[in-house]
Amino acid sequence: MRYLPKSPAERAEMLREIGASSIDDLFSVIPEEYRLQRDLKIPRQMGESEIVDHFKNAAAHNAVGYTSFLGAGVYRHYRPVIIDSLVQRGEFLTSYTPYQAEITQGTLQAIFEFQTMICELTGMDIANASMYDGSTGAAEAVMMAVRITGRDGVVVARTVHPEYREVMETYSQHQEHSAQEVGYGADGRVDLAALDQAVTEKTACVLVQSPNFFGIVEDIPAIAEIAHKKGALLIVSIAEAVSLGIVRPPVEADIVSLEAQSFGVASSYGGPFCGVLAAKETYLRQMPGRLVGETKDKDGRRGFVLTLSTREQHIRREKATSNICTNQALVALMATIFMTVYGREGIKELALQNLAKAQYAARKLGESGKLLFAGSPRFNEFVIETSEAPEQMNARLLENKIIGGVPLKKWYPELGNATLWCATELTAKEQIDQAAAVLAETAVATTA
Amino acid sequence: MATTEQPFTGTPRKVTAHITQNEKLSFELSSPGKKAYKLPPLDVPEADPAQVLGEAARESTGALPELSEIEIIRHFTRLSTWNYAIDLGMYPLGSCTMKYNPRVNEFVSRLEGIAEAHPYQPEPLAQGSLQIIKLLQDCLIEITGMDAITLQPAAGAHGEFTGILLIRAYHKSKGNTRKNILIPDSAHGTNPATAAVCGYQVVNIKSNAQGGIDVAALEQIVDEDTAALMLTNPSTLGVFENEIHKIADILHAKGALLYMDGANMNALCGKTRPGDFGVDVMHLNLHKTFSTPHGGGGPGSGPVACKKILEPFLPVPVVEQGSDGQLHWNYDRPESVGRVRAFYGNFGMFVRALAYILANGPDGLRQTTEDAVLNANYIRKKLEDVYELPYKTPSMHEVVFSDRKQLKNGVKTGDIAKRLIDYGFHPYTVSFPLIVPGALMIEPTESESREELDLFIDAMRQIAREVEENPQLVLNAPHSTRVSRLDETTAARKPVLRWKPKAE
Repeated sequence: MRYLPKSPAERAEMLREIGASSIDDLFSVIPEEYRLQRDLKIPRQMGESEIVDHFKNAAAHNAVGYTSFLGAGVYRHYRPVIIDSLVQRGEFLTSYTPYQAEITQGTLQAIFEFQTMICELTGMDIANASMYDGSTGAAEAVMMAVRITGRDGVVVARTVHPEYREVMETYSQHQEHSAQEVGYGADGRVDLAALDQAVTEKTACVLVQSPNFFGIVEDIPAIAEIAHKKGALLIVSIAEAVSLGIVRPPVEADIVSLEAQSFGVASSYGGPFCGVLAAKETYLRQMPGRLVGETKDKDGRRGFVLTLSTREQHIRREKATSNICTNQALVALMATIFMTVYGREGIKELALQNLAKAQYAARKLGESGKLLFAGSPRFNEFVIETSEAPEQMNARLLENKIIGGVPLKKWYPELGNATLWCATELTAKEQIDQAAAVLAETAVATTA
Repeated sequence: MATTEQPFTGTPRKVTAHITQNEKLSFELSSPGKKAYKLPPLDVPEADPAQVLGEAARESTGALPELSEIEIIRHFTRLSTWNYAIDLGMYPLGSCTMKYNPRVNEFVSRLEGIAEAHPYQPEPLAQGSLQIIKLLQDCLIEITGMDAITLQPAAGAHGEFTGILLIRAYHKSKGNTRKNILIPDSAHGTNPATAAVCGYQVVNIKSNAQGGIDVAALEQIVDEDTAALMLTNPSTLGVFENEIHKIADILHAKGALLYMDGANMNALCGKTRPGDFGVDVMHLNLHKTFSTPHGGGGPGSGPVACKKILEPFLPVPVVEQGSDGQLHWNYDRPESVGRVRAFYGNFGMFVRALAYILANGPDGLRQTTEDAVLNANYIRKKLEDVYELPYKTPSMHEVVFSDRKQLKNGVKTGDIAKRLIDYGFHPYTVSFPLIVPGALMIEPTESESREELDLFIDAMRQIAREVEENPQLVLNAPHSTRVSRLDETTAARKPVLRWKPKAE
């Protein structure tokens, strides 16, 4: 076996030195009836070329060479080549959680830079060293708000990603809090009047997403006012991180839960991604997950350490802020490199391109249907309602190697024939025009 | 020896000191107008943010750094050289299974059709992803001897969370969720944290003199309020619970379930199967046993395998084969505990884990386990005369010593660990498990050659001698790193968690 660095003779010699007569001696503590006396029924050992062929074959059974308008929480942005060159360095790839600070300063400093950039972009004071993803990050943010306020009511906008809401429901079912959903208005934004009704003195937090699941930017200052006036915290979930280049950061929020996948992370059929929680400084001690802090060694040199670990499970056990242990460090590193490559100007330029592409696509594709929530501020996603059933429309698009918008009926029955589309800097005008042409072929536009 | 004029200073054979580059924070290197990107020209009309976004338009993007590409390459390359890594040498962190991360895993996970797959692309155009998921599931079910599995949990602790939710849902379906989860005092901290997050009371149970479960005592504790026992097997001492089936029987007799923390599956793979010895539900850590990289703390992946009785409760969606031979996601699972993560889990890790399984095959996985156990026992044999072995029970894939002998000279496990750095090794796991005061928890994994093991043993023996003859040397270690021991107290008391521009 090519990963095992021992010859048969070395194994025999080591056994002799241990005083074992055979390897089975070392497994004799396992009761005999439970020792596996046969080969596992899994595929035989393959050569490296066979492994590559196996996965190339699998890759060929996925969509390759299609134009895609999919977004909905996972975004296709260009990933600068140096991200992969750098994260594949063994010193980053094959290092552990930096508990031994003297020999993990590389990872620690990079995370410190990550935390700083997340603060700068979200307008928050502190950021952690990552959560599993945006969905679990949002669920942890809710639990954090419940701990901070000592209240148990949670108000969630229906415009939050449906799968995020499902995850929160799973997390909350055995916690002592109850979630209430608030719908959206004709503008595709949280219904502020309904929100005002829903938030009470028992509400721990209000959770919204912005840009929301329809791609619409929520009115964060107004939502914050409603939440804060009852003493509830505001959590803002951001699924499309590139939006932060041009959309005003949710500075009125108490906690921001960001999914950083857009920052240089492959869509990879849904993961691994990179959640991150950012918050106002006063909530530091209730923040779950790892944090890196700056300090000095005994000679006064700057260094970084994992800090405030008394919040964490390995110290606090059942009294910890969360059970989270492993995070998404390498993915956070990808995001860090991405943010460094684009930098102050680039992130804005990139966001502007997304804005322009989506505006153009919404207008062109909207010609064959109705662009919903048309006058509302939006980033790079939009909802189109067609007279044709989405399944039929998407089938026609697929014949042209185009993957159309995500049908919304499954989560929003009232939106019947609506689909959610996304255009990024990678979506070419030609592709948008082609999709619009296919839509126009037989589509009968609903009256706009 | 005490009369030697020069106190003993060990001679590391593995390493030679060399210089590394200094590097500031990226923000401190930044200068306005430098760029590392170039976007293509916009092929559609520009959009006016004030018009599209109104008041939601952003003015400034804050203090992100501005650097050129070469500077970024050097920045992160220099930082990388400050890290220790498996690729540099033995990383004997007990319970973490720091084994070789094969590079073909990285290669195949980046193939276009795999890396670029979107979770919402139509199922007929995602058959490749689904095949990977299905084959990995089948392999893991066979390896664990269980009946069903979900790959959705993003890490080990997330898997524990999912597993305990399954247990809760199962008991609820029987009419009573029950109150307590039993957890041995040797368990990883995530176990009690998980039970608490799932709304259970944690009942800690004391280990017996061998470091295992006291079966007679357990029989007294388990009752109709017991939902489950969370057990790590082999235990965090590296000891196999040889009465595991009795433990399962005691639980099952009272309607309780047996949860196994599969963190230590590297000791069992291909040699015995938890499903055969009575485990009802368990998680695996693909980033431990199945070689996906730790990446400085993640991403992980924590699949949960279970027996048939728990299958109806698995998170949605689950992969199924249709009558047309195509694979589908089934969301129609009325008894499901719900989703634990958006989409389907850390798919990129599934690809890597499957590549590892294919590279091994049944014979390779068995040999891997045997080598991991052989290595741990070799270290035990070669060090047991200089370090205290608190539990003499046979070791599996890891061995736990204590610092009792060294404490006489005022040297603790943490000091020995820091001194090990000077010898060119990453420290072992310090002060865990909690049942061993001053623990040195060593897990070499199968990835170490005899030569590397001998260098490690030599280093550990030299340090033991230094403790006797020159304890100050050990107490002040490490001596060879860029920074010496860092002031963690100030870091926690006055947290500086981000860089700030200097005030003008």
